[in-house]
Amino acid sequence: MRIDRLSAEKARRNPAEASKEHIAFLKRVRRHNRFIIAIQLAILVSFFALWELFSRLGVINSFIFSSPSRVAETIARLHSNGELFHHIGVTMLETALGFTLGTLAGTLFAVLLWWSPTLERILDPYMVVLNALPKIALGPILIVWVGSGMEAIIAMALLVSTVVTVMTVLTGFNDISLEKQLLMKTLGATRLQTFLKVILPASVPTLIGALKLSVGMSWVGVIVGEYLVSKAGLGYLIVYGGQVFKLDLVMASIVVLCVLAAIMYYAVAIWERSILRRRGER
Amino acid sequence: MNEEEKRTGAERTQPRFDLGESVAKLTDVSLVYHGIKQETEAVRNCSFEVKKGEFTALVGPSGCGKTSVLSMLAGIVKPSSGSVLVSGKPPDPRDNLTGYMLQRDHLLDWRTIEDNVLLGLEVKGLLSDETRAYALELLDKCALSAFARHYPRQLSGGMRQKAALVRTLAFSPELLLLDEPFSALDYQTRLLLSGEVHSIIKRGGYTAVLVTHDISEAIAMSDRIIVFSSRPAHVRREIEVGLSGGPMERRASPGFNDYFDLVWSELEGGKGDAH
Repeated sequence: MRIDRLSAEKARRNPAEASKEHIAFLKRVRRHNRFIIAIQLAILVSFFALWELFSRLGVINSFIFSSPSRVAETIARLHSNGELFHHIGVTMLETALGFTLGTLAGTLFAVLLWWSPTLERILDPYMVVLNALPKIALGPILIVWVGSGMEAIIAMALLVSTVVTVMTVLTGFNDISLEKQLLMKTLGATRLQTFLKVILPASVPTLIGALKLSVGMSWVGVIVGEYLVSKAGLGYLIVYGGQVFKLDLVMASIVVLCVLAAIMYYAVAIWERSILRRRGER
Repeated sequence: MNEEEKRTGAERTQPRFDLGESVAKLTDVSLVYHGIKQETEAVRNCSFEVKKGEFTALVGPSGCGKTSVLSMLAGIVKPSSGSVLVSGKPPDPRDNLTGYMLQRDHLLDWRTIEDNVLLGLEVKGLLSDETRAYALELLDKCALSAFARHYPRQLSGGMRQKAALVRTLAFSPELLLLDEPFSALDYQTRLLLSGEVHSIIKRGGYTAVLVTHDISEAIAMSDRIIVFSSRPAHVRREIEVGLSGGPMERRASPGFNDYFDLVWSELEGGKGDAH
C-alpha cells in the first residue's frame, strides 16, 4: 500500500519516469483502494439504515433493540445536561491511568525477569496461572482491598493490562538474537549496557505492540470494573441502563465506547508509525 | 586498488617477524563444555602462538572447535586447563586487546553506520573527539564515509560487513579475531571483500587470526595456516604460506594449488584422527 503510494507520488512528480503500464497499474491499485473504503462505508451506513428502518417498520421492537435515531437523541440529551462528557471523562481517565501504569509496571517486571533468568524460571508457573485466570474473578477482592471507587476500577485495568504486557514484552526481549548479545559480550559490555544499547532499542516495536494490546485490555478492565463498582463512566451507564431497562441508554453508551476505543487505538497506531519512521524503519 | 596492492607488496619485503614479539599464546589448552546430557571435549592440548603483525588462519573440519579457540582468545570462554595469554595476560573482553568480528555483521538497525561503528568505543567508555575522528578515518579508508549517516538496511551485505570491521578496529585492538567473517556473503562479494579486508589489515599492521572452513580463503589471506584435527581440536600442522601479494594475486599464482593440496591432505588425514 505504502510503496504504491510512494511510487504514485514519484510518478506524479516526474511523469517521464513512469511507464504507461505502471501508471495504469497505479490507477488500478487506487481504484481498488477506493472500492475497499466504499464497501466499508456502505456496510456502516446500511447497518444503521436497516436498524432504523426495521425498528420504524416494527420488524424489531425498538424498546428492546433501540434505534439509531433514539440513540442519537439519547446522546444529545446526555450532552445537553452535561452528563455525556462527564461519563466519557471518567472512563477515559480510568483507562488512560490503567494502561499507562499497566504498561510501565508490566515493562519493568519484564525487565526484571529478563535480567534474572532464574527468577523467570521460578515465577513461570505463577505467570502462567495469572495469565490464564479471568481477572474479573479478582474483582470483589480488589474492591475490599482498595475500596469501592475509582481505585478499584483502575486496579482492575492495571491488573489486566500488566499481565499481558509482561508476557508480550518478555517474549520480545527473549526473541532478540543471542548473537547480538554475544557481540556486546565481545566488546566487554556489562549486562546493563547490553540492555540499554541493544535489548531495549531493539524491543521498541514490541513495546509499542504491547501498548496496543494493553490499550484494548485496559478498556476491558475499566468496563468490567465499572460494572462491579462505579457511580459514573460508560460502563456504569450500560449497567444502569440495563437495570432500569433503558436500552436506548445502553446502546448509546456502546456506540460512544466504540468511537472512543477506535480513537485511542488509532492514536497509538499513528504514534507507532511516526516512531518507527523516525527510527528509519519504514 | 592496484596501487594499494603494490604498496602491500612493498610492505611485505620489509621484515615483519624479526621482532618475534608474541601477541597471543596458547599452551596445552583444553576446553570441555558441560551439557545436561553429556560433556563435550571441544579442544584438547592445543598449543600455538601468534606473532605481532602476523595473519594466521585457523582451518579445520566444521564443528571441530575453531570458534571455541577464538572465544578463548577473546576471553569470553575460559579454558578448562592450560593457559591462554594475549599480550601476556589472560584475555578479558573488557580490556581493549581483542576485537572480535562475527560471521554476521549484527549492525544495529536503529543506529546509523557512524553510530554503529562507535558502539565499541561507547561501551568501553573510550569515546572522545580523537577516537571518533579515528573511527571516521577508518570508515573513510573502507570507502564508507558517504554512508556514515545511512542506516544499515540501506547498505549491501559487503558494505555492512566492512562497517562491522570498522566497528571492530575502532578501538585499536592488539589482536583481531575474525570468525568466518565472509561466510554469510555471496561468492563475488566474498572475493572482493577478502581483498579489501586483507589490504586494510596489512596496511594497518594489525595482528589477525582468521577462522575459516574455506581452504582457498585461508591460503589467499594468511601468512600461516594452522590446521586443526576434528573434535577435540588440536593442532595437526602449521603451514607457512610463502605466497606474496593480496588474495587475488595469490589465487592466481602457480604455488596456490600446491598449498591447497597440502592443506586438503592434512584435513583429510585429520578426519582419520577421531576414529
